[in-house]
Amino acid sequence: MTTLDIAFAGVGLVAAASGLLAVTTRHVVHAALWLVVCLGSVAGCYLVLGAELVALVQLLVYVGAVVVLVLFALMLTRAPIGPNPEVTTSRAHRALAAVLGAGVTALLLSVLLPVAGPARKRPGTSNTAVAEQVFGTWVWPFEALSLLLLVALVAAFAISRMTRAAEVAQSALPEMTAPERISQ
Amino acid sequence: MIHLAGPYALAAVLAGLGAYGVLARRNAVLMLIGVELILNAANLLLVSVGSVGADTWQAGNVLTLFVITIAAAEVCVALAVVLALFRLRGDVDLTRRAE
Repeated sequence: MTTLDIAFAGVGLVAAASGLLAVTTRHVVHAALWLVVCLGSVAGCYLVLGAELVALVQLLVYVGAVVVLVLFALMLTRAPIGPNPEVTTSRAHRALAAVLGAGVTALLLSVLLPVAGPARKRPGTSNTAVAEQVFGTWVWPFEALSLLLLVALVAAFAISRMTRAAEVAQSALPEMTAPERISQ
Repeated sequence: MIHLAGPYALAAVLAGLGAYGVLARRNAVLMLIGVELILNAANLLLVSVGSVGADTWQAGNVLTLFVITIAAAEVCVALAVVLALFRLRGDVDLTRRAE
């Protein structure tokens, strides 16, 4: 056991425990808040592994943006405050899901642990090296990603416009006669 | 010096928890939390492999940044779909059959 191992075990345990709470709690808003703790401690794991830039981006994008989006969606779908049995499936369904989740964990552990090997040096990543590679080797995937973000933005906008158009059509339908409906 | 067994074990646990969350949640927004956990497991694997050994192109770090970006785009579109569903049906229950 090295110092880094102990530090990783600390943040890793927090991440695993808060992840468990995030998927099992019946308080809808608490689930999103436990997700904050989980993603934040995963950022701590990145710090222990020496990837400072990734840890900061994780904090900025995941904890800062994605969780706020999730909280907004909960607010807009009128999520109830307080424990709510409606958010989880039946007991049998949950048992099956738990078996499948445990199966995923067992499968990954059986594949990954044999290749973990002995303790290795962790040189730490210099941000200069990452920046050089992002704008050197990975520049075309990087540009494609910017396009992807634009497409996602337009798609989200289009989806919200489409449902509004459908709503307008639905509310207009009863007042119309059959031929008018067909001509639409 | 660090053992990679810890990061690998945490990645496996997060992926399992995410799979449970996707399968066991009825609320569509809470199902997305499971998806986020699975993506984080993948990111943790990439970072832990990239942090040891010679990573000439910094693939572990750069690909993790890419996955975080893609996750943000995915959440954006998914939440737009969830809100559209809520507006059409009045709830976001994944087990309820559509009329």
